[in-house]
Amino acid sequence: MTLSRMPTPPASVLIAGAHVLDPRAGHDEILDVLVRDGEVAELGKDIAPPAGVELVDAAGAHLFPAFVDPHVHLRVPGQEHKEDLETGTRAAAAGGFCAVIGMPNTSPPIDSASVLRSVRELAEAHARVPVGFLAAATVGQRGESLTEMAELRDAGALGFTDDGLPIASANVLRRALQYQRLCGGVVALHEEDPTLSGDGMMHEGSVSALLGLAGIPSISESTMIARDAAIAAYEEGRVHVQHLSAAESVQAVAAAKAAGVRVTAEVTPHHLVLTHEDVRTLDTALKFNPPARAERDRTALVDALRDGTIDCVATDHAPHAPHEKEVPFEEAPMGTTGLETAFAALNTFLVEPGVLTLDLVVERMTAGGAHFGLPEPRIAVGAPANLALVGLDRAWQPIEAGYESRSENCCFHERELRGRVLMTVAAGAIAYRERSFALSAA
Amino acid sequence: MRHLLSIEPLTREEIERILDRADSFAEVSGREIKKVPALRGRTVVNLFYEASTRTSSSFELAAKRLSADVVSVRSAGSSVDKGESLKDTVQTLSAYDPAAIVIRSPHVGAADLVARWSPAAVVNAGDGKHEHPTQALLDVYTLRRRLGSLEGRSIWIVGDVAHSRVARSNVLAFRKLGADVTVCGPPTLIPREFEALGCKVAYDLDAGLSGADVVYALRMQRERMTEAFVPSLREYAARYQIDARRLHPRQLLMHPGPINRGVELAAEVIDSPQAAIVAQVQAGVVVRMAVLYELLANAPQPFPMPNAQRPTPQPA
Repeated sequence: MTLSRMPTPPASVLIAGAHVLDPRAGHDEILDVLVRDGEVAELGKDIAPPAGVELVDAAGAHLFPAFVDPHVHLRVPGQEHKEDLETGTRAAAAGGFCAVIGMPNTSPPIDSASVLRSVRELAEAHARVPVGFLAAATVGQRGESLTEMAELRDAGALGFTDDGLPIASANVLRRALQYQRLCGGVVALHEEDPTLSGDGMMHEGSVSALLGLAGIPSISESTMIARDAAIAAYEEGRVHVQHLSAAESVQAVAAAKAAGVRVTAEVTPHHLVLTHEDVRTLDTALKFNPPARAERDRTALVDALRDGTIDCVATDHAPHAPHEKEVPFEEAPMGTTGLETAFAALNTFLVEPGVLTLDLVVERMTAGGAHFGLPEPRIAVGAPANLALVGLDRAWQPIEAGYESRSENCCFHERELRGRVLMTVAAGAIAYRERSFALSAA
Repeated sequence: MRHLLSIEPLTREEIERILDRADSFAEVSGREIKKVPALRGRTVVNLFYEASTRTSSSFELAAKRLSADVVSVRSAGSSVDKGESLKDTVQTLSAYDPAAIVIRSPHVGAADLVARWSPAAVVNAGDGKHEHPTQALLDVYTLRRRLGSLEGRSIWIVGDVAHSRVARSNVLAFRKLGADVTVCGPPTLIPREFEALGCKVAYDLDAGLSGADVVYALRMQRERMTEAFVPSLREYAARYQIDARRLHPRQLLMHPGPINRGVELAAEVIDSPQAAIVAQVQAGVVVRMAVLYELLANAPQPFPMPNAQRPTPQPA
């Protein structure tokens, strides 16, 4: 078992009258879903609630397979003032996620089996939804020597990444992909050429020119993707490109896929919704890396998510404490939280205007774990219950609603969003209920 | 106007109102006693996180000539050196109930943050490479005195545009007053998409400079050489230095100071009659008086300090 969670009693609940939408299982209709002992026991119309089963009247709401986030920062060990395994997974549950994958750029980094085991042990005590971890690809994430990848895999690492930093040395990445043949584990890549991004703070373009902020050019990402795709092709390695931001990067991924490279890619809700124009206000919640780019980049990302060039949505949930973000833009750390707003942001800004279909958003938000060997959640009889019950037209504002996360640096904090998670069932257990959501026992 | 944070949101009318006010203060500056009682009893805090000679001294002088009490805080030797955050420093200084805070910071947007965190009126005295609005206002003031109007005039801003807050504020201010602006410098020192500010971009100085009415040279910092922006100061000077050969007698020469003699400007043009550089410095005081007056003279006291003992008027 490579996922860790606190012991949680399995749910027995009848979710009645929701619009069940599961593109993989082929559901798109109003159904009752009976969950018994953590498994989907029955799907159908007008299921009578068995004795001892809680009845949830879900008329008017949508029921999706719960989402999976392949890219979150849980900040344990070492940065518990930003987030910990409890608050981070509460945020995940509140966002409708049934599993998340934590990144290893902690303090110290998760670069040895002993650190990984201790973090997994903490997750087994505190995590509200199952958590998997990627281990660092290089010792100390310094980009120099490989971690003990085989032992880390044995200790439960789903894969490897130096996320937060690129693997700048082509040779080090090459060695990691050679070693991957022994130990497996996808290598996830934060693509950035530090000689091009330099001390950049935001997308290089008209807004950075006006603000006088150092820019991060699109090519700092796309040239690294092209380089790493060539290395992966040569070594027949399996790589996953994290948080795509630029139109040129989409082209590089498409070219790599066309050439048969074993590559997948993710994109965040904030890159799909925001542009550098939104950074004009210098709100530090909008400072993240890679940066929100131009409108042409944003539309290229949306198109790529639609056509499958980009495989999945990831939040890159990156909590930071208020005192760290309440500083001038250039001083602020990179990162926005995202777990609690991911679905609502995509629903509000892409589904409602008709840019993406709800089917597609649900499919891409549930697809991220499979690239790291996790099962895809599905609503099917006999499958473990992984369910997100969502009120699609429920309007809310994150800053008003507050956060389950310990941190509040959410780039959508003042936006009016529609789509509120009412209940999350993760791996058979109820992980979240919205406070005002009415429930009645049968 | 509540704050002066940048040129970007200002209208032409707002800029001209400040310039007109500066004209009236220029008359005061010609008197033997250069002081007016406009801000008597009000406090102006100068908070400088970067070295500055002319901006800090002219703000101090401007506030004193308006009879305000002035406190100047510099980062060296202050609690800033001890790791205090900008927010905590601003809240501490706000406890003195200042009418205005003048801030110079190496960080873009610092003045906006101070305006959010303090009830005082805030003047941006330079925020990183973003803006330096009072510099732009004093430059526009200087030009208006020399040329009458900027309408239709051609102004070339030459040099290290990328690292210059003066370039950004001045392009915006010159454009708002109807001038035609071209920035010119090595391609490595002009940001991508800089045309978005409303100016033209040129790389070849000699091909176009003769058409300019005003040549505005920017400071070229020596450290740009080590960062591979230009190959050498020698090559930079050969292509972009304003010297007697390039500067036409009918052109006006400006520079925000401090000057690197022999780099962006040749010695012979600095001391030439076309140079308005000293006039710029003189304009600094009256324009900053006008800015403080604009923000403070008609504004109500933001709020009285709680529990403050204020003298009660005695019956006559």
